[in-house]
Amino acid sequence: MMKKNHYSRRTLLKGGAAAAAASALPAPMIWAQDIKNVTLRQVGTGVSAFNEIAAKAKEDIGITLEMTALDSDATAQRVATQPNSFDIADIEYWMCKKVWPTGNLQGIDTSRLKYYGDIVGIFKNGKLTPESEIAQGTAPHTVGFVEKSGDRKFAGEETGYMTLIPTVYNADTLGIRPDLINRPINNWSELLNPEFKGKASILDISSIGIMDMAMVCESMGEIKYGDKGNMTREEIDKTFAIFTEAKKAGQFRAFWKTFDESVNLMASGEVVIQSMWSPAITAVRARGIPCIYQPLEEGYRSWGNGLGIAAHLSGLELDAAHEYLNWYLSGWVGGFLMRQGYYSAAPATSKLFMTEDEWGYWFEGKEAKGDITSPQGQVIEKAGAVRDGGSFNERMGNVACWNAVMDENQYMVRKWNQFIAS
Amino acid sequence: MRKLLHIPNIRSWLLASPVTLVLSFFLLLPLLMIVVVSFWGASEYAIYPAFQFENYEFLFTSSVTYTVFGKTFVYAFITWAATLLIGFTVAYFLVFHVRSQTWQIALFLLCTIPFWTSNIIRMISWIPFLGRHGLANETLISMGVISEPLEWLLYSDFAVILAFVHLYTLFMVVPIFNTMLRIDHSLIEAARDNGATGFQILTNVIIPLTKPGIMIGSIFVVALVMGDFITVRFMSGSQEANVGRLISNDIGLLQYPSAAATSVVLLATVVLTIAIMLRFVDIRKEL
Repeated sequence: MMKKNHYSRRTLLKGGAAAAAASALPAPMIWAQDIKNVTLRQVGTGVSAFNEIAAKAKEDIGITLEMTALDSDATAQRVATQPNSFDIADIEYWMCKKVWPTGNLQGIDTSRLKYYGDIVGIFKNGKLTPESEIAQGTAPHTVGFVEKSGDRKFAGEETGYMTLIPTVYNADTLGIRPDLINRPINNWSELLNPEFKGKASILDISSIGIMDMAMVCESMGEIKYGDKGNMTREEIDKTFAIFTEAKKAGQFRAFWKTFDESVNLMASGEVVIQSMWSPAITAVRARGIPCIYQPLEEGYRSWGNGLGIAAHLSGLELDAAHEYLNWYLSGWVGGFLMRQGYYSAAPATSKLFMTEDEWGYWFEGKEAKGDITSPQGQVIEKAGAVRDGGSFNERMGNVACWNAVMDENQYMVRKWNQFIAS
Repeated sequence: MRKLLHIPNIRSWLLASPVTLVLSFFLLLPLLMIVVVSFWGASEYAIYPAFQFENYEFLFTSSVTYTVFGKTFVYAFITWAATLLIGFTVAYFLVFHVRSQTWQIALFLLCTIPFWTSNIIRMISWIPFLGRHGLANETLISMGVISEPLEWLLYSDFAVILAFVHLYTLFMVVPIFNTMLRIDHSLIEAARDNGATGFQILTNVIIPLTKPGIMIGSIFVVALVMGDFITVRFMSGSQEANVGRLISNDIGLLQYPSAAATSVVLLATVVLTIAIMLRFVDIRKEL
C-alpha cells in the first residue's frame, strides 16, 4: 500500500538537460535559495502522488519531496494521530472535516499565496458561477476557511486563512460499456435496473459507495434525502434495504476496491455499468475498449483534494512549504493533473502549461484537433473526440453532492459491513 | 556452573528453553496482546485502553456474525471433503499403483510444481479462465454444450471453493502419501490371502492405517480455509464474506479492538474444531 519516492541529487543531475531547457522559459517566480536543502514529507491518498510531481518540484524549487501514498482511511488516521510524521497533508475535503479539529494542521495565510486570485469559486464561496447552487455533502468551501490560524472551528465563508490549498478535484459518475448496452443511459437509477442483472458493480469503499447508493435511490424515487451528505439512521437503513434486496436478487457481478479491479471488470465485459473513477475510464479506453463516463440527469458526485500544512512546521520549513504550495498552483502540476482527467484549482495558470488543443479537449469540452496523450505520452484519444460530459462548467456546474463524512458515520460503516456480508 | 548443572532436570530445561523463548515472544505474547486489545475501546481515529465487553457484545448480538461464521464452516467443510477425496486418491495411486520408487518421487514432485508460484497468482489465474467471456465459457459454447455463458462459474461460492481446493489439496496429499508409504505391504497381502476384496482391504486396512495422515492433512486444510480472507474476496468479487474478511474490514476501518475480538472468537472456534477432530485419532500415538 505504501509508495515512497525519494529524489536524490543524482536523479536531478540526470534531468539536467530537461532542466536547462525549462530554465530557458521564463520561470514563474524567483525561488528562495536557502530552501533548496529542505525535505518535505507529504502523506496523502494516491490521487496526486505522482513521481513526476516530486521530480519537477526538485527541479523547479529545489525542495525534496518524500511522498507516501495510503488509502483514505489510513491517510486520515495518520494526519489525526501522528502529527509529527508528516509536513504536508494531501487530503480530501471531507477528511479535513474530520482531522482539522485535532489541531494537527495550521491555517494558511492567503496573503502569502501568489495565485489566490486564480483559485476557482468552488473553493471560496462554493459557487462556480454566481447563479450556481451549492451541492449537498461536504462542499469544500464549508471546511476551507478558519477565522485565524489556530482556530478549530470552520468559518464557512472566505476569510484570510485557508485550511487546505485546493489542488485537484473532479466530478464522478457511472462508467458504462456503450457497445454492450446499446441504448442511452441517463439516470443513476439504471445501476439497479434488472436489465443489467449480474452485470452491475459498485465500489466497496463505504464513504464513497454510500454516496453513489444515495444518488441511485434518489433517482429511483424511492428515497428523498434531507441531505445525502449527512443522512439520518432511518435514511441509511432504507438505502441499505434497497441495495441488499438488489444484491440478493443477483444484480451485482462483483464489488471492487482498487482502481485496477474496476478497470478489469469493465474491460473483460463482466460488468457493463458501475461506479468508476475518471482515470479508470481512460485505462479501459487505452486498451481499445469503448467505455463512457456517462453524464447523468441527476448530476455528479464530486470530490476535492487539497494540501494542508502540519502544525509543527515553522521557520525555514514553513517558508519552503509556502513556496511549494505557490509552485503547486503556478501551473505545471495543474496541467499535469488535468491531463489525467482531473481539474486544477487554478485553471488559468494551468492553461499556460497545456497546448491549446489539450486545453480545449480537457477543459472547454471542445473536439480534439489532434491526438490527446496521457501525461506519460500514451495516445488516449484521436482527433475528433469530445470529453464525456463536456466542458468544465457543464461538468462542475452539475454537481449533486460532494463526498462527505456523516455524523452517523460509524453506524453507516457497520451497516456497510452487513451489506457486504449479506 | 558445574553445580548448576547438577540441579535435577536442568539440562532438559536448558535444552527446551530456546524454543520456549521463541514461542513466547513470537506466538504467546502477540496472542496475549490480541486478547488484551479485544477489550479495548475505539473511537474513529484512536484506540484506547479499557476493559469493556462492548466488542464481544456487538459481535454476539449481530446476526451477521452468525451467518458469516456459518459460511466459514460451510467453506471449510466442502473444501475439506473435496481435498480429502482428491488427496486420498492421488496418494493411493502414487503409493499402490506406481511400482518404482523413482516414479513415485517424480510424480510426487510433479504434484508440487504449481506450488512454486505464489498462491495469489494461482488464484487470480482462475478469473480470466472462469469469466463470462473466459476460456471455460467460450469452449463450452463452441462445443455446443451451452448457449448462454454460465454466470455462476465466477464470483460465486463455486469459484471460492474451486480456488480453495486448488490451493490446498497438496496439504492433504503430502501427509497421506507419507503415512501410506509406511504401510507394510505384507498386511495387504495377508488381507488378500484371507479373502478380503479390494474394497474391504481399503476400508479395513488402508484407511485405518492412513488415519493419522488424513487427520494432519485435515487440520492443515481446515485451519487454512477458516483463516483465509483474500481468496474469498477475489473469487467472490467481494460479494461473500467469511470471518477473515470481517476482520480485514475492521482493520481497514481502523477498528482494531473489534478486529481483535473477532480474531479471538475465530481462534477459539478453530482450536475447538481441531480439538474435536483430534478426539477421533491420536496422531502422536500413530505417527
